[in-house]
Amino acid sequence: MLKNRLIPCLDVKNGRVVKGINFVDLKDAGDPVEQAKIYSDGGADEICFLDITASNENRDTIYDVVEKTSKKCFVPLTVGGGVRSVDDINKLLNCGADKVSINTAAVQNHKVVENSSKKFGSQCIVVAIDAKKNEDRWEIFTHGGRNNTGINALEFAKKMEDSGAGELLITSMDRDGTQVGYDIDLMSKISSKVNIPIIASGGVGNLDHLVDGIKFGNASAVLAASIFHYGKYSVKEAKEYLNSKGIPVRI
Amino acid sequence: MNVTIVDYNSGNISSVINSFKEVVKDKVNIEVTSDLSKIKSSDKIVLPGQGSFKSCVDALNKINGLVDTLNEFAITNRKPLLGICVGLQMFADIGYEEIETKGLGWISGKVSKIDNQNGKYKLPHIGWNQINIVKESKILENIENNSHMYFVHSYEFIPNDKNVISATTDYSSNIVCSVEKENIFGTQFHPEKSDKIGLKVINNFINL
Repeated sequence: MLKNRLIPCLDVKNGRVVKGINFVDLKDAGDPVEQAKIYSDGGADEICFLDITASNENRDTIYDVVEKTSKKCFVPLTVGGGVRSVDDINKLLNCGADKVSINTAAVQNHKVVENSSKKFGSQCIVVAIDAKKNEDRWEIFTHGGRNNTGINALEFAKKMEDSGAGELLITSMDRDGTQVGYDIDLMSKISSKVNIPIIASGGVGNLDHLVDGIKFGNASAVLAASIFHYGKYSVKEAKEYLNSKGIPVRI
Repeated sequence: MNVTIVDYNSGNISSVINSFKEVVKDKVNIEVTSDLSKIKSSDKIVLPGQGSFKSCVDALNKINGLVDTLNEFAITNRKPLLGICVGLQMFADIGYEEIETKGLGWISGKVSKIDNQNGKYKLPHIGWNQINIVKESKILENIENNSHMYFVHSYEFIPNDKNVISATTDYSSNIVCSVEKENIFGTQFHPEKSDKIGLKVINNFINL
């Protein structure tokens, strides 16, 4: 049977990990390649890099990181952050990324999703949706959560599926960074709206939240960043915990 | 030994290249090319494939003489060839992704969309699934039954002769995920993305 996936995410800025795991035996705590390798050795089902490099002149640092990581980690590698065009996607894939996640550019112009999924296949196109609750609906935010577009997240999710996205990475802006758990309502509503897999993100503070994301949010995969920072939990512990709660995972 | 990964603009093949280089270290020469003479003179060929059945077949046909060279390699000269994902699917006579498209016809059968049972199964089939080994295969040597492999696809290969099937995986139905017909091998899963166990499959192919 198909297993649910656990995806640790690393924030990368100017080629360095922000808030990485701080293990004693780590030679360089800021090295994304080394961190990714620890995750994949621990049983991560995929690795995700989110490039949060602000300045344009340092944009290219992510390509180098992806290239080095893909030579060491033999599980799927997803890269997002600042992806604007089919060209950007092409470059990341050529460096060894297996999937590319598109956020702002997908909202601004859904043709980017359409064209890139036609060119490279849906399997490598992930659309990242940042949504925030506004009364009885969720609205899409872009530019790292700074701009409210007013677009209905559920309708947008369906549109992205129709445009050729292979997966949706759903982040609740209300929960992101709060450690109180995923927005289960948002996840389950989007999951039942579309027929492509969804990845839940934003708000994980403990291992039960991962269980909830799959069990009640109907997510195919759960993504978390900060709980793995500073070794609060290891990827291995998280997977064993999911397994103990009856969630099918690859052990 | 020379192993050639056929680069025919079928999408992203860097992971395939990286994984083969990791497995062979410096003992085997890995070529990544669409150069016909290099393909002819290699000992083994890897045929990757991403995107749709149609886009991959079109890409093969776009390179003048490539299909003939592959036919000569795999059918006339019976040298080992490994197809991965759509690379495997193209062994079929016909595929139904986008529009009806003729395949290489090496293993008689068709490629159809996985039955999602009215939305019960999400497509693409993405993630780690266990393989059920139904028959001994050289590329699955020392691979335990029920090992996890990484999948990402919406279409499945349905061969006419079930004897070519060496492993299946359970998603909506028993999906064919590994085939062997004499010198022709194929995996629907991505060995290059299936962690250590996937690298073992690659190693088995190298050691044929």
